[in-house]
Amino acid sequence: MLFHITILLVFQLIGEVASRTVLPVLPGPVIGMVLLLLALTVMPKFAENFRATANGLLSHLSLLFVPAGVGVVSHMELLTQSGPAILIAVLSSTIAAIAVGALAFVGVAKALGQNHD
Amino acid sequence: MTDVWQLWTYLSEGPLVWLTATLIAYLIADQISHATGRSALANPVLIAVALLAVVLSVTATPYETYFEGAQFVHFLLGPATVALAAPLHANLGRVRESILPMAAALLAGSVTAILVAVGVGVALGLDHAVLMSLAPKSATAPVAMGVSEQLGAAPALTAIMVLMTGVSGAILATPLLGLMRIRSDRARGFALGVTAHGIGTARAFQLNETAGVFSGIGMGLNAILTAILAPLILVLF
Repeated sequence: MLFHITILLVFQLIGEVASRTVLPVLPGPVIGMVLLLLALTVMPKFAENFRATANGLLSHLSLLFVPAGVGVVSHMELLTQSGPAILIAVLSSTIAAIAVGALAFVGVAKALGQNHD
Repeated sequence: MTDVWQLWTYLSEGPLVWLTATLIAYLIADQISHATGRSALANPVLIAVALLAVVLSVTATPYETYFEGAQFVHFLLGPATVALAAPLHANLGRVRESILPMAAALLAGSVTAILVAVGVGVALGLDHAVLMSLAPKSATAPVAMGVSEQLGAAPALTAIMVLMTGVSGAILATPLLGLMRIRSDRARGFALGVTAHGIGTARAFQLNETAGVFSGIGMGLNAILTAILAPLILVLF
């Protein structure tokens, strides 16, 4: 468990260093994820053991967004001013993007003859 | 009474109270979500944020003080992103055969998210500064805030829009995709991740692992694409 957590931090650290030096377009944790994926591919036995720790952390992913979310309280003024317009823009964009994205996925999958899931 | 006040003053300045409060608020929110059969409307992030906002306002606690404690939870976002490699690895075969559908959905979803947000914003007369904060909102928070800063917009404002996008995507995705009769877990998860980043991915993992994995990939890829597209699309407005 402690070993697995250390592995996560080490890969994030490598990712952050890469993001600050050679790959500024990608966020550090995303680079860390890709590198860890490569490591898991060459070490299938470790990958199996590692899964329980990763799934434990990911099963409470929602919790991790709460602190940033509470930041809403410090921007109440602006939200009461242009709140409705921002809300309409966000909602329409979110609905359109989910619908268009899912349709594009299903459309191309069907064209390739992939009907299973 | 002064003793109680002194004790509160002492405790509320340290990280323990607000870290504990964050976990309790989340456990309550998770129980409510569980009791409603994981209904999309009972979004745990939204409920926990609302509970904590009320507590902070009643106790007149500034956000900075709250964050001193909550930062330990916030920090785990990075390691959790790295941990997405595990379910990704377990589902690599199905991911590999979905490369083309994913590429199409990524491009279509990313462009739609930016274009509609900025377009509707212009139609409703929002300031250009607000539009720039709005454009990268479908990317995961650290990336969206970075893009916002590059554009000379307000990163803090972008953070709120990222949150609104994530929560609304998590709430609306299942009813919307149900109405559209899209049953594929791959398509549902991927579109949710592209549009609603980590909060959408948390919702997708509630549905099942396949949706969660594809959502995580969608989030990661759109973090990159939004960083490239948002400045280009803003030139049009």
